[in-house]
Amino acid sequence: MIRRLFVILLLLGLGAIFAGLVGGYTPNDALNLSARYYAEHTAQDIGAANIVTAIIVTFRGLDTLGEVTVLFLTAAIVGLVLSHGHREGEGSGRELPPAGELLTTGTQLLVPLILLLGVYVFVNGHLTPGGGFQGGAILASAILLLLLTDPLRRISHGLIATIESTAGLVFVGIGVLGIFFAGGFLDNRILPIGSLGALFSAGAIPIVYSFIGLKVGAEFSSMLANLSETEDL
Amino acid sequence: MAYIAMTTGFVLILIGLFGALTNRNILRMIVAFTVANTGVNLVMVAVGYMHGRTAPILDEAVPVAEAVARIIDPVPQALVLTAIVIGVGVTALMLAYVYKLYETKRTLDISAFKDLKW
Repeated sequence: MIRRLFVILLLLGLGAIFAGLVGGYTPNDALNLSARYYAEHTAQDIGAANIVTAIIVTFRGLDTLGEVTVLFLTAAIVGLVLSHGHREGEGSGRELPPAGELLTTGTQLLVPLILLLGVYVFVNGHLTPGGGFQGGAILASAILLLLLTDPLRRISHGLIATIESTAGLVFVGIGVLGIFFAGGFLDNRILPIGSLGALFSAGAIPIVYSFIGLKVGAEFSSMLANLSETEDL
Repeated sequence: MAYIAMTTGFVLILIGLFGALTNRNILRMIVAFTVANTGVNLVMVAVGYMHGRTAPILDEAVPVAEAVARIIDPVPQALVLTAIVIGVGVTALMLAYVYKLYETKRTLDISAFKDLKW
């Protein structure tokens, strides 16, 4: 009981701080300096219609490389933690109840469509509100659906690792090409910028973001596969 | 509008912290952390919101010349995109550790894990 009281006191204090923050907050009337720079220079320098994508892939591309690395580390650690002492072969041998007509048929119908939507989302990342991270998550949701239908299904770790490492190498490789053929590491102007709003525009952004999408999809899929391969306790 | 979103975000953070501090079940604590994480993201997006403006995507509705006066701040959106992805990674990591903890002690009650308590 006294413990609960401490928790409530702590939260009341935090709540008072938050209330002060909300009370003292005045929305901006105009964009601040960095946002203004991005708004003015994206169209002519980067050529991407989606300014958020331009920031993520080019202006702050190094951040994104770090983020993808963090994600890779997470997937690797999840695999390491869960695989330790893992027995090979068929899980616990317990008979699972069948997944049911609705889930089975729904999976057969939806998985190709979900994969297609994921690819659409990351290929059009520089034009629409989407991109590699969102598209990769959509790809992984198709894998989740497959695993829900048949929890004993084994996703090939070799395939996932190949997709992931190839995508990562291509991402870094394109970034290095930017040093030699454009302004610097991860500069997208190694390819022509093209006309604003076209699918083949914004230089290397669609290529980079597609490979980020594949990489993120492979990483989430490997986390899902590792979690599904844990045995019942 | 920005105030509603911001207040909701802060309330979600408080709900999440309350859940993480009072629940004894580790899985419930993870769900509580996810709620708090959502609250932080909501606050960050709310900071970038500006009344009467639209999404930072250049098209017919937002010509390049008027972009500065028509779009909201794109930087918090880029930050939140990063934060969401990392949040998923952190949640997956917590779930993996919980699986190993359950494997050693066969319980999800946090008070059973006293090995590092002083």
